[in-house]
Amino acid sequence: MTDSLLWLTVLVGALTTYFWRALGVALSGRMDPAGALFEWVGCVAYALLAGLVARMILLPIGVLQATPLSHRIIASAVACAVFFLTRRSVLLGVGAGVGTLILLAAGVLPFV
Amino acid sequence: MQPTGETAARSWTAAVRLGVLESLGMPTVMLAASFLGFGSLVRGSGASLWAGLASTASTWALPGQIVQFELYGAGASLLAVGLAVWLTNARLLPMVVTLAPLIRDDRMPRWRYYAVAHLIALTGWVIAMKRGPELPRSERLPYFLGFTGSLFAVSLVATAIGFELAGTLPKPVTTGLMFLNPVYFMLMFMDVRHRSWVLALAVGAVLGPLLHRVDADWGLLVTGVLGGSLAFAGDRWWRRWRGGAAGRIRS
Repeated sequence: MTDSLLWLTVLVGALTTYFWRALGVALSGRMDPAGALFEWVGCVAYALLAGLVARMILLPIGVLQATPLSHRIIASAVACAVFFLTRRSVLLGVGAGVGTLILLAAGVLPFV
Repeated sequence: MQPTGETAARSWTAAVRLGVLESLGMPTVMLAASFLGFGSLVRGSGASLWAGLASTASTWALPGQIVQFELYGAGASLLAVGLAVWLTNARLLPMVVTLAPLIRDDRMPRWRYYAVAHLIALTGWVIAMKRGPELPRSERLPYFLGFTGSLFAVSLVATAIGFELAGTLPKPVTTGLMFLNPVYFMLMFMDVRHRSWVLALAVGAVLGPLLHRVDADWGLLVTGVLGGSLAFAGDRWWRRWRGGAAGRIRS
């Protein structure tokens, strides 16, 4: 019973996700990539994604909930700072941000 | 069709190889670490390894998968899980609509795009939106397939490893793995240059958490439509008043 619920959950996740992708293909042929409608759709995509990322950092679910908000904000700021100081290295920026959060959580960095 | 910065267009195979090569390194490390975190979440939620692997292969959109297994572990109803995943992944619609014209190859039958679309997810999308305009049109689709196909394989392996490692990793490491995703996405967006889209990122980042507080189910969708429209209107307004050149999208 639990097993069939699990597989139903996976199936529902896959179908609801593919729904958007298929709809996207169906709609895409009718848009001019240099037109205003296309630009607006891009705006919607970026606003949605930025909203999702900000929510994941500020109002997380799961294990991140156990970390204080201040730690997550400091770690994000460190990630941005290192990113720009290293000529836009995503790898170093992410490494610095995640490292900062781990050190703060472990109490190694005492400032907050 | 002008090959930009290249002497001649690559063959299909060479473009696939270029995509695979460019996926190695940072994107592979990020996806591997993210899906390690997801694999351990799957185990923590009480689900089986096969369900986790099936989810990675059939959903292939990490934020929705995380929501799905967190809710499953919390004992949420099938309807609640389905609705949450459906809303979380609504972002894929505008993403597919914007990427499809960029990687379109008129020699390919249209129905195949319904298969290609399954591979469109955040990392591949951000990279293809940036690299696509730099490549000759004939190389874009094979480049995308190579890039994303390689990440797809890495993610499946990482899901399995994460599942097996779950419980053995110290808590700070698990926390770090979960934090990696949003930070990675945040830095990827720093490369967006088109003005109205930069504006949309800023407005979305502010509205997202606020509207999530107001309504956790619909907040994200409203953030996209409202925030995106505000940014779009703001950009038009700016253009009219400053009279600057229209920020034409490269495609």
